Amino acid sequence: MKTPEERLNHFNACIESEVKIEPKDWMPDEYRKTMIRQLSQHAHSEVIGMQPEGNWVLRAPSLRAKKILLAKIQDEGGHGLYLYSAAETLGISRDEMIEQLHSGKAKYSSIFNYPALTWADIGAIGWLVDGAAIVNQISLQRTSYGPYSRAMVRICKEESFHQRQGYEIMTTMMNGTAEQKEMAQDAMNRWWWPSLMMFGPPDNESAHTKQSMQWKIKRESNDVLRQRFIDKTVDQAHFIGLTVPDKNMKFNESTQQYEISPIDWEEFKQVISGNGPCNHKRLSHHIKVHKQGKWVREAALAFSKNQQKNKATLFTN
Amino acid sequence: MNTKKALYNYCLRLADNNLIAGQRLAEWCSNGPILEEDLAMTNFALDYLGQAEFHYNYAAELEGKNRSGDEIAFTRSERQYFNCLLLEQPNGDFAQSMMKIFLYSAFAKLLLGALTHSQDERLAALATKGIKEIKYHFRHSSECIIRFGNGTEESQHRSQFALNEIWPYTADLFEMNDTDQALISLGIAVDLNSLHTSWLLSVNEILNAANLSVIHNQHMYKGGYKGNHTEHLGHLLCEMQYLQRAHPGAIW
Repeated sequence: MKTPEERLNHFNACIESEVKIEPKDWMPDEYRKTMIRQLSQHAHSEVIGMQPEGNWVLRAPSLRAKKILLAKIQDEGGHGLYLYSAAETLGISRDEMIEQLHSGKAKYSSIFNYPALTWADIGAIGWLVDGAAIVNQISLQRTSYGPYSRAMVRICKEESFHQRQGYEIMTTMMNGTAEQKEMAQDAMNRWWWPSLMMFGPPDNESAHTKQSMQWKIKRESNDVLRQRFIDKTVDQAHFIGLTVPDKNMKFNESTQQYEISPIDWEEFKQVISGNGPCNHKRLSHHIKVHKQGKWVREAALAFSKNQQKNKATLFTN
Repeated sequence: MNTKKALYNYCLRLADNNLIAGQRLAEWCSNGPILEEDLAMTNFALDYLGQAEFHYNYAAELEGKNRSGDEIAFTRSERQYFNCLLLEQPNGDFAQSMMKIFLYSAFAKLLLGALTHSQDERLAALATKGIKEIKYHFRHSSECIIRFGNGTEESQHRSQFALNEIWPYTADLFEMNDTDQALISLGIAVDLNSLHTSWLLSVNEILNAANLSVIHNQHMYKGGYKGNHTEHLGHLLCEMQYLQRAHPGAIW
């Protein structure tokens, strides 16, 4: 038996030497809580993110587009399942996580509180939102919790397809009719700033960053990741003729980076605290569907109990 | 009716069935009772849409008017769709959607099985590809129906209600017209009468296991393969065709 001090030293040594923390390893309560918070938030984001995209599945403009979008949403749902399972290794059940989502205790990515208004939004979500997510997730492949790190490796492979799917939609529309171009630019205007906010508040204001960096849950800071996304994405926008909705954006020759105007963090705070365009809709939809599906889940449970009873009778007779 | 026209119509019927099945199943996206079933329903939707794409492309070739498969899929009017009535019915609750897939996949499994021997090589090849997927839809929906029938009182009621609602659209699956007549003797199409007994047997086996019973002597609705639909199809098409209709000629 190790003393509490020895356990903590061992944990810290693992973190220090890049040895992944595994479900049966001892870990500080705060580390466990942080991991549960982050994993459940990530899982819920994947699931809630199915809603704005699902909004366009029935209206997708070609069979190919419909198939690709459906397959993409399925990937997101699959990521959700995968991440719920990773979170369950820390001693919380999926039911509990869903309860916490419904009560507001658990969060999901604020980006999904914006509406998908036109077909171009499906392009913008894939290109910008998934593009931002990938930058974050590539970094998370090196996170210290084993199951999360492995989930990220797998998820990143699929996400890169999603980003290409989004960019392909934007490219096709920018090569299309005047109306299509207008739709694409409009989507760019609406999704650009929210996708920059996805990386979270600036480093000096981020509540969780410091401890998470020490524990190597988070490997790079919000601002570093955000800048990486900007530099990658601005060139992609220009390449297909889209304008970045930031008149004062400059390219700094010496740093080789784009410098953007200040982000409207007030909007971010508003959306996070429940006042975005779709906060109520997204959550109430999830609650409604969950309630409607209750009888299906109960039937499955009752059936499986009956089966076990029947088996037992078979053996006793 | 000449063979080519008949084959075109037949291809459209297969394509439309797949498209409408896929469209209805896709409605379950982010609406499933549990994430796993949400994914299962949309996975089935993907299967049907994939099969639809092949059949529309074949139909476009047969038509020879330089239209794309997408144009055929998205720009016809209500009376020009040849899907069966069962698939265009609204989803209702999860039991009704599952019942639709169950009754339809039991039929499609037999149809595609017979079509693998079609004298038309393209149809035979598409059937060979499609049947693997359909068999899985049948297996999954059968298991669900048995679980509902032997689950809780509520799931039993819901699945019996679903059966009562959907059953009257099943005779339409077997209703033949000139298109079938023109192709059966050539060994291209399947005589649907020859599938009916096997269909009843496989459906009844599952319904019995689920303690569900068919109400006999209900009025049976027919006409889908001739383009005589229920009112629901028009609404489905409105939504599905919106972008194609609003931006004619645009490429997406």
